[in-house]
Amino acid sequence: MIDQDKLYSIWVYLQAEPLFWLTLTIGSYLIADMAYKKSNLFPLLNPVAMSVLIVSLILILFNIKYERYFDGAKFIHFLLGPATVALAIPIYKKWNLIILNSKAILISLILGSTFAILITYSLSLYLELPKELIMSLLPRNVTAPIAMGISEIIGGIPSLTAIITILTGVVGASLGAFVFDVMKLKNMDARGFSLGLTSHGIGTARAMSRNKNAGVYAAVGMGLSGLLTSILVPLFLKII
Amino acid sequence: MLKSIFIILLYQLIGELFQKFFGLSIPGPVVGLVLLLITLLLIQKRERAVLIKEDLYNSAEILLNYLPLLFIPVGVGVVMHLSLLEDNLASVVLVIILGTLLTLALTAYVMEKILRKKTLDD
Repeated sequence: MIDQDKLYSIWVYLQAEPLFWLTLTIGSYLIADMAYKKSNLFPLLNPVAMSVLIVSLILILFNIKYERYFDGAKFIHFLLGPATVALAIPIYKKWNLIILNSKAILISLILGSTFAILITYSLSLYLELPKELIMSLLPRNVTAPIAMGISEIIGGIPSLTAIITILTGVVGASLGAFVFDVMKLKNMDARGFSLGLTSHGIGTARAMSRNKNAGVYAAVGMGLSGLLTSILVPLFLKII
Repeated sequence: MLKSIFIILLYQLIGELFQKFFGLSIPGPVVGLVLLLITLLLIQKRERAVLIKEDLYNSAEILLNYLPLLFIPVGVGVVMHLSLLEDNLASVVLVIILGTLLTLALTAYVMEKILRKKTLDD
């Protein structure tokens, strides 16, 4: 016999515990990541998007406040800052490559990053999006911890920026190869760099899984565009 | 391990203080990233730096391997902002798709052109 009252009291206890939400977050990620790897890195099964979906569904289903969930999840959230600092290491490791091709990398970096901001801004204005939303969209092509930092400083909504960033990554990783093929761009270094600059970590993982060189250039593109964009976006807003 | 964790946290702290002190519009952790990169490049040739660099490599790899996991708490926060997206969801998706495709094309095109010119010059 299952005692309904007892089950209910266990649930009341659990959902008030940070431990439960922390465990749920990591568990959802592990399941989503397993499915992603089983699917041979199918971009639409992106583990972040999937785990966010799982956790959100549970919160909505059981009518849990986000603040309660975040009480447990904040331990994971805290690591975003240190992870951003740690991005210095992959950039440092690829430093010789950056110096070797500095001209190609710098020009593509500056043009690509500037274009990403301009196109996002003008499309958003054209579609008459509210200001808060535009600010959340502007840093969308860089890695989420940096994008969220920028979003917070310029008056966007960091959590919205996180979702937008993930979507951008998924779109780039899924459609990148198609775009390059249509344009008959065959250089793997250029394709990788563009994927990293446009779709940060998700694009880099994709490039890495297809071609080692493309992966290295993607990592460089992701790191450098993160740096440059955090300077360019506030600068752009000051100018206009 | 503990040393490298201390170094990463310390650089983040310095970055945050830098950002507050000078009122920079760059996120504190990004400032920390730049400062750590500069430090690594400066001590590149020192033999004694080898050990701490190994340690840093390991910690950074662990952190960055689980980078996707770190976005989930904030991603779930979008549940709170669904109302803001409701009327604009289609527009936002359009901006993302168009913006991403055009940026992908431009960046790869520019870089391939420059790299091709470089191989011809060499």
